[in-house]
Amino acid sequence: MRLDAASMYVTATARSLVTGLLAFAAFGLVLLAAGKHPLAAYADTATFVLGSLEGFTELFVRMGPLVMTALAVAIPARVGLFNIGGEGQLYMGALCATGTALALAACPSWLLLPLMAASGFAGGAAWTLLPALFRVKRIANESITTMLLNYVSPLLVGYMIFGPWRSPESASYPQSPQFAEGARLAVLGGTRLHAGLLIAVACLAMYTYVLHRTRWGLEMRAVGGNPDAAEHLGLQVRRYMIVCMAIGGGVAGLAGMAEVSAIQGRLVGEVSPGYGYVGFLVAWLAGPSAWRIVAMAFLFAFVSSVGDILQITQGVPFSVVNILMSAILFSVLCGGKLRTKRQ
Amino acid sequence: MSTALIVATLAASVAAATSLLYATLGEIVGERAGVINLGVEGMMLVGAASACAATTVTGNPYCGVLAAALAGMAMSLVFAYAVVDCGANQLASGLSLLFLGLGVSALVGKPYVGAIVHGLPSVSLQTSFGEVSAAVSIDALVVLALPAAALVAWLLNATRWGLQLRAVGENPLAAFAAGCNRRRLQYQAILAGGLLSGVAGAHICLAVTYTWAEGMTAGRGFIAIALVMFARWNPWAAIAGALVFGGAEALQLQLQARGLDVSPFFMNMLPYLLTLAVLPLTGRAGQLAAPAALGRPFAGVE
Repeated sequence: MRLDAASMYVTATARSLVTGLLAFAAFGLVLLAAGKHPLAAYADTATFVLGSLEGFTELFVRMGPLVMTALAVAIPARVGLFNIGGEGQLYMGALCATGTALALAACPSWLLLPLMAASGFAGGAAWTLLPALFRVKRIANESITTMLLNYVSPLLVGYMIFGPWRSPESASYPQSPQFAEGARLAVLGGTRLHAGLLIAVACLAMYTYVLHRTRWGLEMRAVGGNPDAAEHLGLQVRRYMIVCMAIGGGVAGLAGMAEVSAIQGRLVGEVSPGYGYVGFLVAWLAGPSAWRIVAMAFLFAFVSSVGDILQITQGVPFSVVNILMSAILFSVLCGGKLRTKRQ
Repeated sequence: MSTALIVATLAASVAAATSLLYATLGEIVGERAGVINLGVEGMMLVGAASACAATTVTGNPYCGVLAAALAGMAMSLVFAYAVVDCGANQLASGLSLLFLGLGVSALVGKPYVGAIVHGLPSVSLQTSFGEVSAAVSIDALVVLALPAAALVAWLLNATRWGLQLRAVGENPLAAFAAGCNRRRLQYQAILAGGLLSGVAGAHICLAVTYTWAEGMTAGRGFIAIALVMFARWNPWAAIAGALVFGGAEALQLQLQARGLDVSPFFMNMLPYLLTLAVLPLTGRAGQLAAPAALGRPFAGVE
């Protein structure tokens, strides 16, 4: 039995590797057709990522928010809910954390940072309340309602930085005033690695622990597996749904808090380059496994480095790298048929 | 609100509503067949970029519309293969299609960033209420928008094809037992959605912006998905919905032009908040209007 499991694991890994390589090859053909040099681009990316401190650490800087937005999807997914609103929840987290940072600028860092994290978490969690309520009251499906809210919170951020929070120093570029020193998460000297990444690791560890080592995790999996059976067992299905959705949104909010506190140091219009959407796909590809979330986040962080390199060395718009991402996704999506047949 | 403002807003909302209506109709057809496609925005972007490219190359904007329709269909083919043939998760496939569209349109449109394209030939229609008047720009796609909605409504509600398509969306197993070809019907519905989304993108490029810029559809594809819910999967209601949402967009521009102190950010939230606000008003009825098998991969054996 064990050997069987091991060999299945090997075949699964080999299959994912082949799938990934196929996607990179397909994207190479697209670039070739557009008159670019894909091999040079891949080689440049590998040198940049593996050969320079900046390139290597940048991978982790991008993995942090991806892991957290993936958890924002994975936690509700365990009770059978689809949260596509990670992007909006991230913006809400950034917005609320900024509010705290600006209002309590005089506080010392040991007090201010936890308060910012708490308000970021609360902001993201609040953004899931309406969709979760609509879902348990059977008014509307949560996947669409969470997605609709994705568009609302960036507009709220826009309103604040163009209006009440507009920094007087930067007249041409709308953004909030710079945070006080106490509102900044620690950054490792010489790189952009920051303490927010530790939050991502902590969230990931808690997710695995709760899911596999506690009664809550067992009950979550029961609710996700069969809500009707769970209801008959006497589990509070609705409560699980609302709470898991809120925790998911809260984790996305923490990602937003980490971005404004560590990377930007102020609230800007574009807090995230679409981490929420990519996070959904990371979580979807990874399934319940925490390790696979890390692996997929790594893969997509690498893909976005390819995009940077293409933009810098070959003058290709950054968005073009989305083709590579969708090639990976579609090859997995279409390969899924074979896998389910075999099981 | 002054009469002048109302008239100007109504006149301007036509252009905004047209592209929304096409995209919404496409999504309605797909969802009626049980397939939810979150990639409308991606297909619209590719439509807009190819309309821009084809119009510049051929010099004929109608070729641009045709190219956009074909490009939209080509995009939806990828989605259809994943969802219909491989039984892939529709939400994930739709988001993947969105990313594919972002990438492909950036690649196709790159030479045309900032270029000016010839728009669709249009007639400026003077409308007047009393002493105030405003010009409505009417082009071929505006003229065809209402007939397109009527056509979709007729196809869905009055033809054998539409009945089978809706049956597949409500209960694929029963439809299969009754002899419907689920695979073919869902392919047709998704391709129709791709065609209409491509046209929607073309209208934005050839009648509103007259140029290409990355991400220029600015979330209208997602508004279209919201509109489908707002309109209860009904093509006739989609006309009203498109006018309301298009009107919100137009009103915002008019207020800004008049220097009124209404934040554009709050105006932009309106379509999304309006949809959320309408949902509880209809409650269970809204849930019942949705195709029963929406979003579920086919579980049977054909």
